Amino acid sequence: MSDYNFAYLDEQTKRMIRRAILKGVAVPGYQVPFASREMPMPYGWGTGGVQVTAACLTPEDTLKVIDQGADDTTNAVSIRKFFEKTADVAVTEKTAEATIIQTRHRIPEVTLTEDQILVYQVPMPEPLRFLEPSEVETRKMHALQDYGLMHVKLYEDIARHGEIATAYSYPVMVEDRYVMSPSPIPKFDNPKLESAALQLFGAGREQRIYAVPPFTKVVSLDFDDYPFDPSKAPHPCALCAAEDSYLDEVITDDQGTRMFVCSDTDFCADRRAAQEGEAA
Amino acid sequence: MTPLLDVKDLTKTYGGRVGCTDVSFRLYPGEVLGIVGESGSGKSTLLNCLAGHLPPDRGQVIFDTRAEGPRDVLTMSEPERRMLGRTDWAFVHQNPRDGLRMRISAGGNVGERLMAVGARHYGEIRAQATDWLGRVEISETRIDDRPSAFSGGMQQRLQIARNLVTGPRLVFMDEPTGGLDVSVQARLLDLIRGLVRRMGLSAIVVTHDLAVVRLLADRLMVMKDGHVIETGLTDQVLDDPQAPYTQLLVSSVLQV
Repeated sequence: MSDYNFAYLDEQTKRMIRRAILKGVAVPGYQVPFASREMPMPYGWGTGGVQVTAACLTPEDTLKVIDQGADDTTNAVSIRKFFEKTADVAVTEKTAEATIIQTRHRIPEVTLTEDQILVYQVPMPEPLRFLEPSEVETRKMHALQDYGLMHVKLYEDIARHGEIATAYSYPVMVEDRYVMSPSPIPKFDNPKLESAALQLFGAGREQRIYAVPPFTKVVSLDFDDYPFDPSKAPHPCALCAAEDSYLDEVITDDQGTRMFVCSDTDFCADRRAAQEGEAA
Repeated sequence: MTPLLDVKDLTKTYGGRVGCTDVSFRLYPGEVLGIVGESGSGKSTLLNCLAGHLPPDRGQVIFDTRAEGPRDVLTMSEPERRMLGRTDWAFVHQNPRDGLRMRISAGGNVGERLMAVGARHYGEIRAQATDWLGRVEISETRIDDRPSAFSGGMQQRLQIARNLVTGPRLVFMDEPTGGLDVSVQARLLDLIRGLVRRMGLSAIVVTHDLAVVRLLADRLMVMKDGHVIETGLTDQVLDDPQAPYTQLLVSSVLQV
């Protein structure tokens, strides 16, 4: 353990990141620039999320890491090991037992509580980026709340596909002020952004941190006649039969056979354990 | 009558070089003012200063706002100026590529200003876009096509529709017919003239083409080296030019 400073980053860096986090919490949805550090992993693997997690961790914390809802994928396993090694904190796969959850592209199905922090890995923090290439201009648009362009994108979706076809990274309005990218979570998870837990977003390559404090108003953008629809695959989970969880489509052979299973592995395992308990 | 736009001593220099100096004029509601001059005479600089795209060094641009009456545009805050830019003002660029979003459908282009001022009903936005495409003679069936699939003349008409959809009172036009062939030019001029008259628009048209101002403008300002050297009614200036430069300009027009 003495080989590393607690949670890898040095104390000054953690202070710098905490200052950015505090500013982000004070101005919900606002992208705070921070001096992102080189991390021992490539950009795109969650360098932003890891730095935020490192700045928030205390020795008493219990960490859970998920990637697309799963605890056992490469990304999640690597990051969990990273903090086991550098911070020696307890880790868990149980959502309810974790105090800090770092996530890539999902919000856990279980309702989070006030004692938990959810840390998102964000590849592209700027929701207006593909509409307006200039950073100077997008910052001005945020400052002046000039968000007509965001609806132009949704208009284009409806004109081309007959419905709002944006299925992930669905833009939201935070506290009636900032338009924010919720990171590439499926739009099914958007309603869960209004949560009791503190939500922090870290983008390492883009050097931005932003936050949604507990119980903040988060509204998904839509049109009056095309309201927001948090859709999901119209199936129950093939393993636990849940009707209300987000599903992954898994191709099981080369004949086109497929099954739909919960993307949140912990949620699915819990339900199956409970079902077995009832049966026994 | 209150002038819609009252410009006083507007000056813009680029370092030591003069963009335009001490330009003053008044534009009354429903009036079309033409600004002519050769390349480099400062007419585009003047237009950009008026429209808020460039900060002038000196002077006032007083616009008769709907809510608060005459106000100096240059001392307004940025949000106010932007709001003006997408409600009461319109800017038609010479190159439609500068004024359109090329990767967004025609309907989205027309609807953008509506959405920017708060329209949130898809059906209504689309109905208005369809209506405006019709008014600028673009077929309804092209509403979901991107402007890149349009001809130059259609792009320019689309740009006009996109600008007029919020019912502006003042339109800035920078060489609106530049780069179009003559028959397309003629139809576009016809269209602009019709829209200006029907909507009672005021407009400032910058061009080097005297035929355009002859057709569109009520009054004319001739610029040379950043100075206004002659002003007057269009027919008066073109038929009886007083300044030597204006005489040269008028006599330089090719006759077919």
